Amino acid sequence: MSLISLKKVTKRFEVKNDTILAVDQVDFTVEEGEIFGIVGYSGAGKSTLLRLLNGLEETTEGRLTVNQQEIAHLKAKELRQFRKDIGMIFQHFNLLWSRTVLENIMLPLELAKVPADKRCERAEELLHLVGLDGRGSAYPGQLSGGQKQRVGIARALANHPKILLCDEATSALDPQTTDEVLQLLKQINQDLGVTIVLITHEMHVIRKICHKVAVMEEGKIVEQGNVMEVFSHPKEEVTKRFVQQETFPEVVEENTLDYFSKNYTQGKIAQLTFRGEKSKHPILSQVIKEFDVDISVIQGQIQEINHSSFGTLIVELTGEEEEIRAALNKFILEGVGVEVVGDE
Amino acid sequence: MNNKGIKATYFDFSNLDAEKFKTATQETLMMTIVSMVFVIVLGLLLGLILYSLAKSNKKSSSFFYSVVSILSNIFRSIPFIILILLLIPFTKALLGTFLGAKAAIPALVISATPFYARLVEIAFREVDEGVLEAADGMGASKLEIVWKILLAESRPALISGITVTTITMIGFTAMAGAVGGGGLGQLAYYQGYMQGDLTTTLFATILILVIVFIIQWIGDLLVTRVDKR
Repeated sequence: MSLISLKKVTKRFEVKNDTILAVDQVDFTVEEGEIFGIVGYSGAGKSTLLRLLNGLEETTEGRLTVNQQEIAHLKAKELRQFRKDIGMIFQHFNLLWSRTVLENIMLPLELAKVPADKRCERAEELLHLVGLDGRGSAYPGQLSGGQKQRVGIARALANHPKILLCDEATSALDPQTTDEVLQLLKQINQDLGVTIVLITHEMHVIRKICHKVAVMEEGKIVEQGNVMEVFSHPKEEVTKRFVQQETFPEVVEENTLDYFSKNYTQGKIAQLTFRGEKSKHPILSQVIKEFDVDISVIQGQIQEINHSSFGTLIVELTGEEEEIRAALNKFILEGVGVEVVGDE
Repeated sequence: MNNKGIKATYFDFSNLDAEKFKTATQETLMMTIVSMVFVIVLGLLLGLILYSLAKSNKKSSSFFYSVVSILSNIFRSIPFIILILLLIPFTKALLGTFLGAKAAIPALVISATPFYARLVEIAFREVDEGVLEAADGMGASKLEIVWKILLAESRPALISGITVTTITMIGFTAMAGAVGGGGLGQLAYYQGYMQGDLTTTLFATILILVIVFIIQWIGDLLVTRVDKR
C-alpha cells in the first residue's frame, strides 16, 4: 500500500461571498522511500496541497490516506499524535528565536513527552546529522539562512518521522546553499529512508533530487510521472515552460540552425538530442573512432537530471558523405535524437 | 500658602521626617507590587482571551471580542481618580475599609488590567504565524502552544509592557494617596501641600522619580537580556 494516497482530493476556501478552489480533484500516490516533488507557479495551490497531508488544512472532498490513516477520520487528539510522525520544514525556517538551536530541536521531543536526558542526547545526534556540531548553544538569530534550514531539518526529524514535508524549503536560499540543503535532503532520504514530499517553483530542485514529479496549475495536477519522463516528453504548456526554464535556457530556434548552416559550410550541421540513459556512454567519441568523420561542437547544453544526461548539442560533421550518413545512423541507433539541417 | 520665599519653601529641611518617608515609600512599593502581581496574571489571561477571540473565525467569537474589548476600553478610559471614588462601596464591601494602602489595590488592579491586557494582546499578535504553524504541525496542543510558543516568543514585549504598566501604576498610587490611599502620594499631598510643607512634597516627588527610573532601568535590562532576535 502506498504511504500517501490521494483520490479526487478537493479543497475549497469560503471567503465572504466567494469560494476559492485551491486544490481541484487531485490524484496521486507516494510510495515509501520516494522523493516526490510538486512543482507549480505561486498560487497554483501547492502550499495548500502540502498542508492537507499533515492535516494543517482539512480536505473538503475526496479520500486522503497517509500512513494508512484517513486524516478526515482522526479526532483532534489522534491528529496531534499523527502529526508527530510527519516532519515539516518551511521556506522561512520558522524557528523560535527565543530558543537556542539545541532547544529548538528539542521542542518536538518535549511535545512528544520524551524524557529530558533522552531529548538532549537525540538533539546532539541530530545536530551532528545536519552538520552543525558545536552550534547547539547559538540562537537562530546568529545563524545564516542555510544553517537555519539545517536546524529546521534537524527539528523536523527529531521524532523519527516517516515522512518529511518541505514547503519551498530552499526558496529563500542562495544557489550554493540551496544545493547543500538539497544534498542533505537526498542523504536523509537515502540513509534514513525518510519519504520526502516537497513543493517548489524551481525546476532545479526537482531535477536535483526528485524521483517523481507532479506539475500543478490552478489547483489541478496537469501532469505527473518519473522526473525523466516528464522532462523529456512534456505534454502540457505549463510543464514545457518549466522544462525550458531549466533545461534549455536558450531555445534552439529554426533560424538559429539556418544561421549555423550558412556559417559552417564545411560539413553538415546536426542537432543531437540526448534523453537520459543512453547519454551516459561516450557516444561522441565512439562515433568518431568508428567512422571517418570529424565532429566539432558548435553549441550545446547538457544537464544532469537525477543521474542521467539530458539536453542538446549542435555539431558540425565533416568528412565523406557516406561516412557522415553512417555516423548519423549510429547516433539514431544509440537512441540519440538527430535533426540534420537542410535535410528534408 | 506662606510667604517664606522660594528657597525656604522648597528647601526647609526642619520638618523632613525620615521615618514618614520610609513608611510612605514602603506603602507605595507594596501597593505597586501587590497590584502588579494581580495585573500581570489577570492581564495575561484577558490578553490571551482577546487574542484567541480575535483569531478564531467563529461568528460568536467576534461578538465576544467586541464585548470584552468595549468593557476593557471603558475601564481603561475612566480617569483613575474618579474610578477610585466610584469603587468606594465595592472596596468597603471587599476589604471593610476604603482607607489605607491596601484599600487602593482593587482600584489599581481594575484600572491597570485592561491596559496591560491590550499590551499582551498586541504582543501575542506579533508572534510569527509561521512558528505557530510549525508548532501546530508538530502536534502541539493549544495549551502547549500558549506555554511554549506564545509566552516564550513574546517575552520582550510582555516585559516592556509590564514596565510601562508599572510606571503608570506608580502615578496611580500617588493619586490614590490623595484620597487616603497612603504612600508617597498621600505624604506629598497631606503633609506637603495641605500643611504648606513643600519640601516634603519635593522630596516625595524625587523619591517617586527615583523609583520610576529604577523600574525603567530594570525593565530595559530584562528586555535586552531575553531578546535574542
